[in-house]
Amino acid sequence: MIRIENRFQLKQVRAECQAETKQEKCRVLICGGTGCLAGGSAKLYEHMKELAAEHENVQVEIGPEIAHIGVHKSGCHGFCEMGPLMRIEPYGYLYLKVQESDCGEIFEKTVLRGQPVERLMFRQDNKVYPSEEEIPFYAKQTRLVLKNCGHIDAERIEAAIAAGAYEGLEKALFEMTPKAVIQAITDSKLRGRGGAGFPAGKKWSQVAAQKETVRYVVCNGDEGDPGAFMDRSIMEGDPHRMIEGMLIAAYAVGAQEGYIYVRAEYPLAIERLKLAIAQAEEAGFLGDNILGTDFCFRLHINRGAGAFVCGEGSALTASIEGKRGMPRVKPPRTVEHGLWEKPTVLNNVETYANVPMIIQRGAEWYRGIGTPESPGTKAFALTGNVCNTGLIEVPMGTPLRDIVFDVGGGIPNGKKFKAVQIGGPSGGCLSEKDLDRHMDFDSLTKIGAMIGSGGMVVMDEDTCMVEVARFFMSFTQRESCGKCVPCREGTQRMLEILERIVAGQGTMEDLDTLRDLADMIENTALCGLGKSAPKPVISTLNAFRDEYVAHIRDRRCPAGVCSKLRVYSIDPAKCKGCSKCARNCPASAIHGTLKSPYTIDQDACIRCGSCVEQCAFGAITVEK
Amino acid sequence: MGFMTIDGQRVEFTNEPNVLTVIRNAEIDIPTLCYHSELSIYGACRLCTVEDDRGKTFASCAEPPRDGMVIYTNTPRLMRYRRTILELLLAAHDRDCTTCVKSGECHLLELAHRMGVDRIRFKNREAKYPIDESSPAIVRNPNKCILCGDCVRMCDNVQSVNAIDFAYRGTSTLVTPAFNKTIAQTNCVNCGQCRVVCPTGAISIKTNIDEVWDALADPNTIVVAQVAPAVRVALGDKFGIPKGENVMGKLVNALHRLGFHEVYDTTYGADLTVIEEAEELLERISSGAKGPLFTSCCPAWVKFCETRYPELADNISTCRSPQQMFGAVIREYYRNPEINQGKKLVSVSIMPCTAKKEEILRPESMTNGRQDVDYVLTTTEVASMIRKSGIRFENIDGESTDMPFGIGSGGGVIFGVTGGVTEAVLRRLQTGHSRVEMDRIRTSGVRGDDGLKELTFDYMGKEIRAAVVNGLGNADKLIKRIQSGEVSYDFVEVMACRRGCIMGGGQPVGAGPRTRKARAKGLYDTDVNMQIKKSNENPMVLALYEGLLKGKTHQLLHRNLGSTEN
Amino acid sequence: MKPTMLDQSYYETANEIISRYPLEEKSLIPIIQDIQATYRYLPPDLLDYVAKKIGITETKAYSVASFYENFSFEQKGKYVLKICDGTACHVRKSTPVLQYLRQELGLSETKQTTDDLMFTVEVVSCLGACGLAPAMMVNEQVHPKMTPEKAAELLKELRAKEEEGRNDDQN
Repeated sequence: MIRIENRFQLKQVRAECQAETKQEKCRVLICGGTGCLAGGSAKLYEHMKELAAEHENVQVEIGPEIAHIGVHKSGCHGFCEMGPLMRIEPYGYLYLKVQESDCGEIFEKTVLRGQPVERLMFRQDNKVYPSEEEIPFYAKQTRLVLKNCGHIDAERIEAAIAAGAYEGLEKALFEMTPKAVIQAITDSKLRGRGGAGFPAGKKWSQVAAQKETVRYVVCNGDEGDPGAFMDRSIMEGDPHRMIEGMLIAAYAVGAQEGYIYVRAEYPLAIERLKLAIAQAEEAGFLGDNILGTDFCFRLHINRGAGAFVCGEGSALTASIEGKRGMPRVKPPRTVEHGLWEKPTVLNNVETYANVPMIIQRGAEWYRGIGTPESPGTKAFALTGNVCNTGLIEVPMGTPLRDIVFDVGGGIPNGKKFKAVQIGGPSGGCLSEKDLDRHMDFDSLTKIGAMIGSGGMVVMDEDTCMVEVARFFMSFTQRESCGKCVPCREGTQRMLEILERIVAGQGTMEDLDTLRDLADMIENTALCGLGKSAPKPVISTLNAFRDEYVAHIRDRRCPAGVCSKLRVYSIDPAKCKGCSKCARNCPASAIHGTLKSPYTIDQDACIRCGSCVEQCAFGAITVEK
Repeated sequence: MGFMTIDGQRVEFTNEPNVLTVIRNAEIDIPTLCYHSELSIYGACRLCTVEDDRGKTFASCAEPPRDGMVIYTNTPRLMRYRRTILELLLAAHDRDCTTCVKSGECHLLELAHRMGVDRIRFKNREAKYPIDESSPAIVRNPNKCILCGDCVRMCDNVQSVNAIDFAYRGTSTLVTPAFNKTIAQTNCVNCGQCRVVCPTGAISIKTNIDEVWDALADPNTIVVAQVAPAVRVALGDKFGIPKGENVMGKLVNALHRLGFHEVYDTTYGADLTVIEEAEELLERISSGAKGPLFTSCCPAWVKFCETRYPELADNISTCRSPQQMFGAVIREYYRNPEINQGKKLVSVSIMPCTAKKEEILRPESMTNGRQDVDYVLTTTEVASMIRKSGIRFENIDGESTDMPFGIGSGGGVIFGVTGGVTEAVLRRLQTGHSRVEMDRIRTSGVRGDDGLKELTFDYMGKEIRAAVVNGLGNADKLIKRIQSGEVSYDFVEVMACRRGCIMGGGQPVGAGPRTRKARAKGLYDTDVNMQIKKSNENPMVLALYEGLLKGKTHQLLHRNLGSTEN
Repeated sequence: MKPTMLDQSYYETANEIISRYPLEEKSLIPIIQDIQATYRYLPPDLLDYVAKKIGITETKAYSVASFYENFSFEQKGKYVLKICDGTACHVRKSTPVLQYLRQELGLSETKQTTDDLMFTVEVVSCLGACGLAPAMMVNEQVHPKMTPEKAAELLKELRAKEEEGRNDDQN
């Protein structure tokens, strides 16, 4: 691509890119997201490509070489549960769970003749949904930030430009002063999507107001919450949107240098970003005198090295500086003393991805979406015990029920809904009574939960909430940086107590100690991650106290999950007295005489469950 | 500048760096375990958490004071938090408190008592790390470490040594040299400042008390002591004597009672150093040698320079330190059978410094390949011996030091404070004796607390440029500037510890700004009361040059660089 | 603790990697990431070497490197099996997969690499492939919806591949 020197050229380039996209007759887009790739989409690509080789005007898109998961084109569609996904343009058909053996049929029918292959389409209640847009999973969403993910070639800047990339930058650079840009972001009431929901406009204006003129723009792509992959999808599927957001931020606050900090676990995102940056530099969107103006901005990528705590702002900047990723005391805050102690705008991927459309379409338009205090949309990673797992985007304030049951399609296998864990280890558990709660920053904060980065794990009736609390606590404990005492020692002790409880060795006093520790940690820990670490415990203790009590008083796990609390017994009516269980019992807890029913010595039983596997007659029952 | 309300009291503040300082200035001793006014704010212990009028909690160490602030420091929940934090620390701590070296002055234990921690709900973590006794100066016991990071910031930020740092993370976090090396395998300079700031027994002095007791009890030995200047103004801390008071007389008495046969004053050794070093400086200047002459009195500095800037090794004075000059002289003196009475000499020096323990082992400071000083006891160790013996130190009378090395000059005494060596050398180079002349030197900029002081003086019509630097971090910065050509000097005095030996790694801990000032004043006051101000006018020293030192000055007073190692 | 002296080629590789970055503290992490990527571990001697080159102490470099999970001072296996224990995977039973692999390979939480340096089994927090839970990564490739049976199958394949490679070498 040529280096764009002025606005006129930019318009020309855009028109060319759009024309080029329109010329294509048939496009086969095979999802190259991490999910579909693992499902074998690379082979689909090879196969379709072979089939298309003799035909002109058929374009098959996905990376040419599969050296590792780094070189593929279209991004994640978000419907990972149904992968591998194949989308065929211009018909808009979306085929699900496509296998290599389906390729021939798809090619013959759809590619050559435009006919649908119905058996590969989404089906619900006997209704077939040919296109992505009609599928309830998508229909109930408002995809703004994720609009292009899965729909454009993520490795070609031309495709991004054709889809409207850098229109926001164009408007900012040629029609707005930096002040006006900040004003627009302030007016839009855009709030940071990384967790606490701090107003982005306020952050930017604070950076712009600093005396120090060397400033940085940093993007937090260290999406570490277990069960969250929104940012990964944006970086992989539409990297230019995020880069454009950073460019606009840099223009607004007068920064010349920016850093993107990406988790090392996201190699594909890193590859895509590298490519996108190189292409943007070549086209003149990055570097010196951007689009012929005085504005200069360089962008660097830093790979994370495996530390969840680096999602915290000051730990992240420390890591970029080559130090241990430990949060530091605040004040001074990042807007004053951020990277290399210079004023720094630090937002996450999704926040930056919102910026271009706000500039382009105006604050008022943006405020029309979502709630008055939390405008816009929010991307969630919907996972766990829900029919449609995947990446979704809904307006802020959407009731939880709509997300779980309409978008998510409810709970699989006829099970009952129990809870949603939101916001990862820093969030909390929402229970049935919260189903009609609106998902926005303030209503969640009110009940002690947190949107966090947007991980949403649905849990059904078979989930033990004490075990869930233990799981999150073990995560935070493992990821504690070890600096402040409350987090380092406190989470460790909370974990010990929870481990005791799930093993049936807890006491009622332990519950008081848990609350005591949680209260202390929430109020004294050094950083946001530490302060919110007890949330999963407190929220489950509030909503599911009876489960804790059952584990302690009755030595019973109501969900039947905690293996140490299961009671195994042999049904004498079914037992044939074969002795297989007794021979295989590692604790020698099963006794009896051949050919008559055996019994389990409950005191000796270590509840490993191996007898259940051994019994050929289904005589061993597990009592919850 | 403004007012804030602390626990209902209206408190004025001016330029205090944080709310914590305002609280303490209001005479509320809010507890901390990681806050040190000399170090950067770390914010790890969270004990100084306070709450405002809206119930928001924050750590007072990190919060700048604002006008109109309303804060509470002792609400029931804050006290509960503090108790829980201490409980957590104790549970993760090797709790052999009764037999711990730090017993009696452990900050963690003191706070636990104060906050009323009366039970520990958590299982004590096992003591699993090996104790590192490899260093001649300090002992590191990670099982007692509470990860406050004071030692790390001292070693890295203040001293620029970075022999130890945090490694790993979470509950596995450990303060350690790289790859779990021992301290002896690192570039540790033995300054002991880590031990000074350590609130627990995680870093302590490697003691030689037992060896000295044994020597004192042995009928076949003569045990002599030399006492460094800075010891006399700090030892009193341990016995409730006003800060900075010179207790040299009492110490001599106590040492005699403990069984030391003779007690000498290292000030005498300092006088020898001044004479030799001034000589070397003049020679260097007249020969036009390149670069400054660095002092060599401080072994921590010498080791720092050797490891970090080996290219500057030739610029370090060839003089031995006062301890080593005097040590060699004592050893030589006791070679005389009439004096040693056929007994074995055990030479002990009593120092404010942990690095001196390493200095006596350095080949270059040995005479004919033999160690001159046998043991170094720090001020802290001597206090502990006195206490053990039951001597009521605060009540005993003073005695004077023993002959023939009993007289020192004022110039020698002020070695214990930063700038002292330079001031003594200036006196030596100054021909006059009048008070006016002494005052002129005193006010030349050589005195004071600053990490770097620069001055020029006139010697026989030639301008001599000197720098006085204390704290190795400051020295490091200065060397970089010297090497870049930004500055140049003829003479540079370096003391590894901030403010010099009075704040050495072997001194009683817990010295705040008031104590620091009092110690410096104690030495300067001692100088004021001494008749001999100049080292080169100490008659006993002059006599030595005519006697024992004749033809042996080089052998006994200078470092044998590269000559006797093999 | 320190292994024996490294071959000269290690230092040459390190020099090449170091030359890609400015000689500053901020380059430490990217440099050692590249070294780790090359050797699948971070040879301790190279850490010291890099530290000196970029002007920081070995203690500092060790402090930083030991903080981050991705760096290993011990050699890892040819195949690094990362079992995701993120929320979704945990809920969908990743633990039995982990238990199976550890048992089969004789590994544990503390011993993560087989003696023949063939396999390393690690637990990771979240691979971000929650739709495929439980997920496992073998080197850079994600394997979806794992079960102990599928893990057994996979091990068999990898071992067969190795066997083949060895036979090829001999021929």
